[in-house]
Amino acid sequence: MSAALAFTSVSMEFPGVKALDDVSFAVRAGSIHALMGENGAGKSTLLKILSGAYTPTAGSLVLGGTPRAFHDTADALAAGIAVIYQELHLVPEMTVAENLYLGHLPQKFGLVDRRALAAAARQQLDLIGESIDPNTKLGRLSLGQRQMVEIAKALSRGARVIAFDEPTSSLSDREVRRLFTIIRELRDRGCAILYVSHRMEEIFTLCDRITILRDGHHVETADLATLTRDTVVQRMVGRKLADIYNYSPRPAAGPGLTVENLTGPGLAEPCSFRVAAGEIFGFFGLIGAGRSELLKLLFGAAPATGGRITLDGRELALSSPRAAIEAGVVLCPEDRKKEGIVPVRSVLENINLSARRRRARAGIFLDETWEQSNARERSEQLRVKTPSVRQLIRNLSGGNQQKVILGRWLSETVKVILLDEPTRGIDVGAKSEIYGIMQDLARAGVCVIVVSSELPEVLGVSDRIAVMRQGRIAAILDRADAAEEKLLKLALPLETTLAS
Amino acid sequence: MSSASAASPSARQPIADFLDRAGMLVVLAILFLGCSVFVENFLSWRNMQGLALAVSMTGMVACTMLFCLAAGDFDLSIGSVVACAGVLAAVVMNRSESITLGVLAGLTLGALVGATNGYVVAKLRINALITTLATMQIVRGFGFIISDGKAVGIGLEDFFSLGSSDLLGVPTPVWITAGCFAVFGFILNRTVFGRDTLAVGGNSEAAHLAGIAVNRVKIAIFTAQGVMAAFAGIVLASRITSGQPNTSQGFELEVISACVLGGVSLTGGVGSMAFVIAGVLIMGIVQNAMNLLNVPTFYQYVARGLILLAAVLFDRWKRRRV
Repeated sequence: MSAALAFTSVSMEFPGVKALDDVSFAVRAGSIHALMGENGAGKSTLLKILSGAYTPTAGSLVLGGTPRAFHDTADALAAGIAVIYQELHLVPEMTVAENLYLGHLPQKFGLVDRRALAAAARQQLDLIGESIDPNTKLGRLSLGQRQMVEIAKALSRGARVIAFDEPTSSLSDREVRRLFTIIRELRDRGCAILYVSHRMEEIFTLCDRITILRDGHHVETADLATLTRDTVVQRMVGRKLADIYNYSPRPAAGPGLTVENLTGPGLAEPCSFRVAAGEIFGFFGLIGAGRSELLKLLFGAAPATGGRITLDGRELALSSPRAAIEAGVVLCPEDRKKEGIVPVRSVLENINLSARRRRARAGIFLDETWEQSNARERSEQLRVKTPSVRQLIRNLSGGNQQKVILGRWLSETVKVILLDEPTRGIDVGAKSEIYGIMQDLARAGVCVIVVSSELPEVLGVSDRIAVMRQGRIAAILDRADAAEEKLLKLALPLETTLAS
Repeated sequence: MSSASAASPSARQPIADFLDRAGMLVVLAILFLGCSVFVENFLSWRNMQGLALAVSMTGMVACTMLFCLAAGDFDLSIGSVVACAGVLAAVVMNRSESITLGVLAGLTLGALVGATNGYVVAKLRINALITTLATMQIVRGFGFIISDGKAVGIGLEDFFSLGSSDLLGVPTPVWITAGCFAVFGFILNRTVFGRDTLAVGGNSEAAHLAGIAVNRVKIAIFTAQGVMAAFAGIVLASRITSGQPNTSQGFELEVISACVLGGVSLTGGVGSMAFVIAGVLIMGIVQNAMNLLNVPTFYQYVARGLILLAAVLFDRWKRRRV
């Protein structure tokens, strides 16, 4: 069997992060090739290179024996590569036929030739046995049907390599089975299929071969028949890093935070848990498992629809972030750029953004002396690397921006700190410093709640770990009981029975 | 905002650094000197008085427009509020024979319009362009309705001193405008409200998650904007001794132009009173010089547009160097 597609020594570097490091593997024509790895292992980056959205910083893509470099997605498409993403790239206001031929609609005298368009679309849809009327508005179709349109579109462009990124995440069982039938047909016609999914069941039902990535490195490419689920999970996580977590146990310093039957947007079931004062409580789960939503509820940034939150025995009414901050509950949000920093303002202003309200004279006039000294003290305490506190925060690196946000909260009286992916996109040195700050806060009696998609991080910093899956808390484990495989198994979506 | 912008400021040339901080103040200084030398009568006391009076209204309203822009919004309804508040004040004064009641009526109208704008923009989350475009027309229409489309002459002569008296040779409206510059400049720089305004404009989500009451800040800004525009309308009515329902069409664009010319960012989060003063004065000086040089009105429009375009291009160029 020939390799339809090969990655040879592909590396992809972003400022401060190496997303892919010397990755090589081949995908055979006429096979379905699974691509697995944890969040952040490099799967998405690999797909983006395949689709032409990124150009690798080293190495190349070999297509049918010739090395290729794509400059944009149109390039990749022309070379016969189609990537079908979770969020489909279709226009809901246009018809199915228009979507299929977007960019090269059949024309007659400079006008769109409607009849030719409908006929060509009909033919394409027939090829995959789909009976949708090509003149339906795409917005009327179910997600499964839209995916079929996307596949038909890929085929209409002569795609020989088709990659699927978590294609079943929002499909019904029936639609999943239909999708699998089509994917098998495509394989039998000689297409090379790259299939990215977290769902072990699907991988073992559908795929012939598998490539496992970890931390941007290639771990293994093998026939699936030679592997078991357990070995796949082990290879996905099996890594030993030097201890940058500096973990040491601390005694509980008080009752802390109790959450009982909390419900709200993003949660499928009422959530209950306790975090003692001085404890570091981790939340692990896949992206979209409801962890960020839970933190938003605890911070009053999203409306809870029920449940009770008590802090040191007193019930909290968290109606807004402001109320939460006044009660001592603070949040470092997941998306620093969009929700954390005010990019066009200085480090000083970003640090004092919240605490200045209480420090103002008569609640109105800024206390400039305090502003200066607080900004200096916090940036020294957290070792923020900046030429001056007057520097615009957007000129700082991600790690330093995160420290500024931590500094914002250290300027307040904190009882509970919610950290959402606190080290995402941050280099190892700054990561380790941030872990240190978390330990210090816990030692000072703060409840530290940390959400992370990085298994080693959750395991490294937490006293206890809650695993979330599809909007509910699947389990809460003690540090001693938590192992990587166990957490990952708990986090993966419940397996649906797939009759093939 | 490029994701990888880690340029250290020390790497930049001192000239660019200076331009960045001084902004349009440099341009203002050069323009002023140039006009003093090359334009006859420009530097005369009479002309200076006229110039200051001409920019006083733009200046007043630009103070609150600065807050609007800094918070990431803008307000198109101010021209209509100026006209309608003037007309309403005139009508109420004539009916009640009371200056106080007339002024209060005008200011209340401004506050109501502003609060409505703020509520719709902040709470109902309608785009400021659409919202204030709508109120702009509603309020303009309201002005025509209460005046029956005609100018309303004011019978209380004491009222005229607001617009036409002077102190130490400087017209009262100019003093008022200078006062506004000082007060609003102080609010922007030295109060929590001012800093919160910039944070809301810089990133409203981050501001919200830092406990800033974003909606309250926005509603307060729009309300202040409405009151300020109404006040300017009342001063104008006093100067021209009547309420004119037709006046100040396009005034909103003049004010926004002046702010942007000075370097206030349309996307929010960046702005200072010095920028606004510079912008207002540059606009005023150009207009004044063109009048003195007998440039026909039609050409003046073209010149003003070109200057605004040049200013924003200069701003973009400056930013790209960072």
